[in-house]
Amino acid sequence: MNALVTSLKNTFYSGQSEEQPHPFAVMVHKEIAGHIRSWRFMVLLLLIAFTFLGTLYVSLSNIRTAISSINDSRSLFLYLKLLTITDNTLPPFHVFLSFLGPLLGIGLGFDALNSEQQNGTLPRIMAQPVYRDHLLLSKFTAAITLVGVLFLSLALLMIGSCIWITGVMIEPEELLRIISFILLCIVYVSFWLALSILLSIIFRQVATSALTAIGLWLFFTVFYQIVVQLVVKAFLPRTASLFENEVARYNETILNLLRLAPSQMFTDATTTLLMPSVRSLGPLSMEQMAGAVAAPLSYRDSLMMVWPQVSGLTSATVAVFALAYYLFMRREIRT
Amino acid sequence: MDRSVIELRNLTKCYGSLKAVDDLNLTIAKGEVFGLLGPNGAGKTTTLLMMLGLSEPTSGTACVCGYNATRNPIAVKRKVGYMPDSVGFYDNMTALENLIYIGELNGIPRAQVNQRAREAMELVGLGEENLHKLTSKYSRGMKQRLGLADVLIKQPEVIILDEPTLGIDPSGVREFLALIRQLSRQQGLTVLLSSHHLHHVQQVCDRVGIFVSGKLLAEGDIDSLSRRLSAGKSYEVHITLRNGVDMPWKDGQELAQLSSVEQVTPEGHTVQVTCSSEVTPEIVRFLVSKGYDITGVHQKAYSLDDIYQNYFANTLKENTTK
Repeated sequence: MNALVTSLKNTFYSGQSEEQPHPFAVMVHKEIAGHIRSWRFMVLLLLIAFTFLGTLYVSLSNIRTAISSINDSRSLFLYLKLLTITDNTLPPFHVFLSFLGPLLGIGLGFDALNSEQQNGTLPRIMAQPVYRDHLLLSKFTAAITLVGVLFLSLALLMIGSCIWITGVMIEPEELLRIISFILLCIVYVSFWLALSILLSIIFRQVATSALTAIGLWLFFTVFYQIVVQLVVKAFLPRTASLFENEVARYNETILNLLRLAPSQMFTDATTTLLMPSVRSLGPLSMEQMAGAVAAPLSYRDSLMMVWPQVSGLTSATVAVFALAYYLFMRREIRT
Repeated sequence: MDRSVIELRNLTKCYGSLKAVDDLNLTIAKGEVFGLLGPNGAGKTTTLLMMLGLSEPTSGTACVCGYNATRNPIAVKRKVGYMPDSVGFYDNMTALENLIYIGELNGIPRAQVNQRAREAMELVGLGEENLHKLTSKYSRGMKQRLGLADVLIKQPEVIILDEPTLGIDPSGVREFLALIRQLSRQQGLTVLLSSHHLHHVQQVCDRVGIFVSGKLLAEGDIDSLSRRLSAGKSYEVHITLRNGVDMPWKDGQELAQLSSVEQVTPEGHTVQVTCSSEVTPEIVRFLVSKGYDITGVHQKAYSLDDIYQNYFANTLKENTTK
């Protein structure tokens, strides 16, 4: 932590040329420069930017019909609408991101350490007076910084251009929700980044770690749902013979199983954050609906609802990174 | 020999049941050029890594510049420049950028690092035209030079080179070794280099340690190693005559009577004499006095090759008889 603070200080005061830069700041700097100059990052950047522009275009062309049906000005949420409405030609941005985010994370991390090892740069860097964990930490920090800047600038561009086009000022709550959405995106991408860095430590070949990461990504986005459905079909008794509360219980179990996939957690969390009208992630019975106030949820309530998802994603990220850290610190440099 | 810079005490490293380095004791003094000589897989690289704290010894200590390398690796790495056996660079960066990166990691202020990097490249003979070349375009020999520049930019007290001559052509090797020697003399650097190539080590090193399967078998300068090796051995002199000798060779029997001559084997035009001490002049004088025309005298001396072969062969024998 101390190192992080000093490194940040040094980054901010780097104008003084007499200052000796902290090694960690130097490493992060080099990693970011390396990413920005690489073709790989350019491709990922274009992919994300085009997706964003495409979904924004679709939602902008449908915003008039969506807004005109709303009478209550309290539930307008123009900017949140821009991020979520669609005419079904394209999925909304946050759904796109649930499967493009992993690609971004994997793309930035799959060769983090095994390429250093294969090029023979690892022993050379480790022979310098730097701590071993600085290398791992710098890879992670650099990629997260890039992803954060990318998402933040996309969101700010959207807000700015919308104020310019529509002339409607953004509500503080909307800003809060959009910033939470971005933070969530960063956590989600960093989960996949941590996973791909872990794989790059485990596998010596760059291709192996890339393929394994993509395999895991495909498994969670496509096959996991299918597997869950197959298993459920095998175990579920006939629905006709079930009581209503049993159906609800089975439904809950299936949803919980699906939520083990990070992409499901991410979709749940972002949907709730971006749509204040969403008040439950599972089915609601008529009794539960009775007496509900017909108003959008407050930011606090939405956040409370997705807290398990947010903490789940964060802890998964931390756990994977901790494992990567442990493996890397125990590793013999030479082999 | 005023101050020891590297001190290894009972250093041992095990990989499972395999003892890569076995109870190694070694002291290297300041300003010395020491060669660690051994076949592949002898544990040379492991030893070097332990000196840098990059590998943890199973037991024993490695002290470099007064710091314990296992406990305080950062302090050691500040003073030691290490060039790994297959040195690699970031291919998407130019040579100068690679050097500047290493310089900055060593805490060289931003204002000086560019100048220092250029100086280091100049010193190893990489001129202006190579500064801004991507390192992926570098040849093997140039990479090796850049590796040395990479070591020098931090202005170390000790340089550790792992197989520095690997993959360079013969004339490149000579230049490279001369450069190391020159740097060591000019700047008082202590150099430790490992190699399996005898002649390269012979060219530059003050002292040599022969290192086979984790053990330091012999240590000392080349002369003393040679003397120690030949102590139990006899000398061999080959003498070539213009006219062949007739069998049986009467003078030969007389020759064998000379003091310390053990065996005389005539064979066509050459005579091979084995003796227990240096008596070549006596043998030649004897043959001249008998009227033989001598066209050549060749005394077999023990080179490092023989020393190496000898040690290496001995351990091989031990290993097979075990």
